[in-house]
Amino acid sequence: MFGYVLRRLVSTIPVMLIVAVFVFLMLRVGPHDPAAIIAGDNANADQIAQIRQQLGLDKPLLTQLFVWLSAILHGDFGESFFFKKKVVSLIADRIEPTLALAICTSILAVVIAVPLGVVAAMRRGSMVDRLVMGFSVLGFSVPVFVIGYVLIYIFAIKFPILPVQGYSRIADGFEPFIRSIILPSLTLAVVYVALIARMTRTSVLEVLGEDYIRTAYARGLTPLQVLVRHALPNAAVPIVTVIGLGVALLIGGVVVTESVFAIPGIGRLTVDAVLARDFPTIQAIILLFSFIYVMINLIIDVSYTLLDPRIRY
Amino acid sequence: MRFKQLALAAALGAAAFAGPVRAETVVKAVMHSDVKIIDPIWTTAYISRNVGYMIYDTLYALDAKGDVQPEMVDTTDISADKLTYTIKLRDGLLWHDGTPVTADDCIASIKRWSAKDTLGQKVFSTFVDNMSTPDAKTIVIKLKEPTGLLLFALGKPSSNVPFMMPKRVAETDPNKQISDYTGSGPFVLKQDEWKPGDKIVFTKFAKYKPRTEPASGLAGGKVVNVDRVEWLAISDAQQAMNALAAGEIDYFEQPPHDLLPLVKGDANLKLVTGATGQFTMRINSTQPPFTNPKIKQALWYALNQEDFLKAAVGNAEYYKTCKSFYPCGTPMATDVGMAGLLEGNAKKSQELLKEAGYDGTPVVLMASTDLPILTNLSPVAKQLLERGGFKVDMQSMDWQTLVARRAKKDAPNAGGWNIFNTAWVTADILNPAMVGFMNASCEKALPGWPCDPALEKIREAFLRAPDLATQKQLAADAQKEAIAYTTHIPLGEYDQPIAVRKNINNTMVAPVPVFWNLTKK
Repeated sequence: MFGYVLRRLVSTIPVMLIVAVFVFLMLRVGPHDPAAIIAGDNANADQIAQIRQQLGLDKPLLTQLFVWLSAILHGDFGESFFFKKKVVSLIADRIEPTLALAICTSILAVVIAVPLGVVAAMRRGSMVDRLVMGFSVLGFSVPVFVIGYVLIYIFAIKFPILPVQGYSRIADGFEPFIRSIILPSLTLAVVYVALIARMTRTSVLEVLGEDYIRTAYARGLTPLQVLVRHALPNAAVPIVTVIGLGVALLIGGVVVTESVFAIPGIGRLTVDAVLARDFPTIQAIILLFSFIYVMINLIIDVSYTLLDPRIRY
Repeated sequence: MRFKQLALAAALGAAAFAGPVRAETVVKAVMHSDVKIIDPIWTTAYISRNVGYMIYDTLYALDAKGDVQPEMVDTTDISADKLTYTIKLRDGLLWHDGTPVTADDCIASIKRWSAKDTLGQKVFSTFVDNMSTPDAKTIVIKLKEPTGLLLFALGKPSSNVPFMMPKRVAETDPNKQISDYTGSGPFVLKQDEWKPGDKIVFTKFAKYKPRTEPASGLAGGKVVNVDRVEWLAISDAQQAMNALAAGEIDYFEQPPHDLLPLVKGDANLKLVTGATGQFTMRINSTQPPFTNPKIKQALWYALNQEDFLKAAVGNAEYYKTCKSFYPCGTPMATDVGMAGLLEGNAKKSQELLKEAGYDGTPVVLMASTDLPILTNLSPVAKQLLERGGFKVDMQSMDWQTLVARRAKKDAPNAGGWNIFNTAWVTADILNPAMVGFMNASCEKALPGWPCDPALEKIREAFLRAPDLATQKQLAADAQKEAIAYTTHIPLGEYDQPIAVRKNINNTMVAPVPVFWNLTKK
């Protein structure tokens, strides 16, 4: 097991290297010129060229790549073209809102989706099942920003009980923090509730048809006991896989949600950096996201051994 | 014990007599962009210019009529031969760190600005012989030959604005960003609270000494009536409007025109006058088919302003046609040379194309899709040009890609371009020396690279014009020549109102959003 985890960790190095080189080249090959954006609309060619030189963008591509990769090996991810701050500190400033949003969304999604999926499976074909599945289709189909606007209209404009936008840090008080995070988390959670509820239903339904479930009922166990002791543990592997993938997919969701709710997190930073062609920031964020993705996959794989004793590495 | 009780009673009594503590007045605003760069000399970005007006002051400024007025300056003496300007600073001018503003600071600031700004470069490299400081409050500028534009340049309202900075800051290489944001303007930047992507905060500079004249345009007394101004970074216009309606912000600088009915329908909100802009079509003069002057002339007949304005703005209350390169209603505005042009005369356009032997080479039109105010211009341009006989290849992209691509001089079918549409804030195009697209100095011109020595000669003469009448004549001549060459095509003007809460009053009517004079009840 330890050897497996170690091998997986070592294998992240070439993965990250490939991602790094790919992102670097993609940004440079496209028709992007951060210097022209920084200089502003009234700038002439000389002004733009001077800025390009200052940013080191006038150097050959391979030189730029070599300089960047060597800096990364020294723990230096560079300085943002725009913010005049080290990218690492820029990301560190933004991590709290994104982390808060991701954690609250995941908790909300799991707490709502798993019971919904179980109930739908237990009452297959009933009105409850149809309602859950209907909601699931809706959750998949409606874009995140539409859900956000609808929730804002109801809970912040029509009935002004929650703020329209912004983020209040935990250090500034728990109540304002919770108030600021509820609507964005709900918005983002909808799609994951739909995803996890659907997978939970399918997985539990599959298990409920197994012989050992029939045996459990024959032993006189109540439906709740059958569910908790036999059905859920055996249905857990696909559910955990979906939850894990859902957490990884949250990365895409936070970009939209943070933009809609004006939350100064990594998602907003990503959008700002992409729009401004802030190469060092984009590169560092994509490396971070890739690393998170790889780590989540590793955690999911390791968790299988805990949930299913038959799985061993 | 008794003593403690007496002391407590005395303290409570004193507090009661002192009356209620005045609450801090905070104005929360959403501007057109997040602030990423402060240095308004290093970049020409409008948002950096707007920050500049918060924290810095200028020697001169334009009033509501467009006239140059002293701002940090007390007196200006111009010698009889118009070669020596003696400028005395006002009493009581202080930097935010409490030290006095000196003439040395101002000269260093002028030097840094004039090294970067196009008008500054032109005026100071052509006309200024030397600058000196006979005493701490006097600046003497000696000219090689007279120009009527020296004070105008020092009061230039838009990017790059000649903001005054302390000498230690202004001595920074103009091509490097400053990191010390000490100014002498009416607000102080709270650097510890500036979080790019979140908010930037300014507080009232208590020691700022405003002029005694009433505020007018960007000139006059900059009286600050609020304690704190926060610019929040909300990139989504609908969300900014929601936040305004919910009272979470007080001021929304650039609500898209299609959201304005929401403001009118809300009793707690109102619209106030904001900046005005001019839509413009830029032509690349170095690439076929626009290397042929006659084909360029056809553009003037194929297009008409009304169609662009209807598509981009919609509500006629907020736009007007204006057949002038300079903003209508300003001193240089003229319709000379525009008779019969911009009227959508497709037939005349087709005739000209036929005479010119247009071979159907597709015109590559770069269409920006992410800036709402510009998005609808390109489809209109495509339709009008096709009606006028052109073959158009409209290529959609985001604005930043367009900015990068417009700098390419390649053939249009190899990553270059023929035309794109944009907008200027009218404060940037007040005369032929300021209109960036009129610069026809070939390689040194802005992308599009017009090359017209005759136009350059008129622009040079404009700098030397001794009086307003001569300036007006030369501005008209420049317009005629720019039409003949077709450097660019004005597509009409629009107003960009500011949406505010009802309790926000006395906002300034100025080409730049400023927060002095404004009150919040």
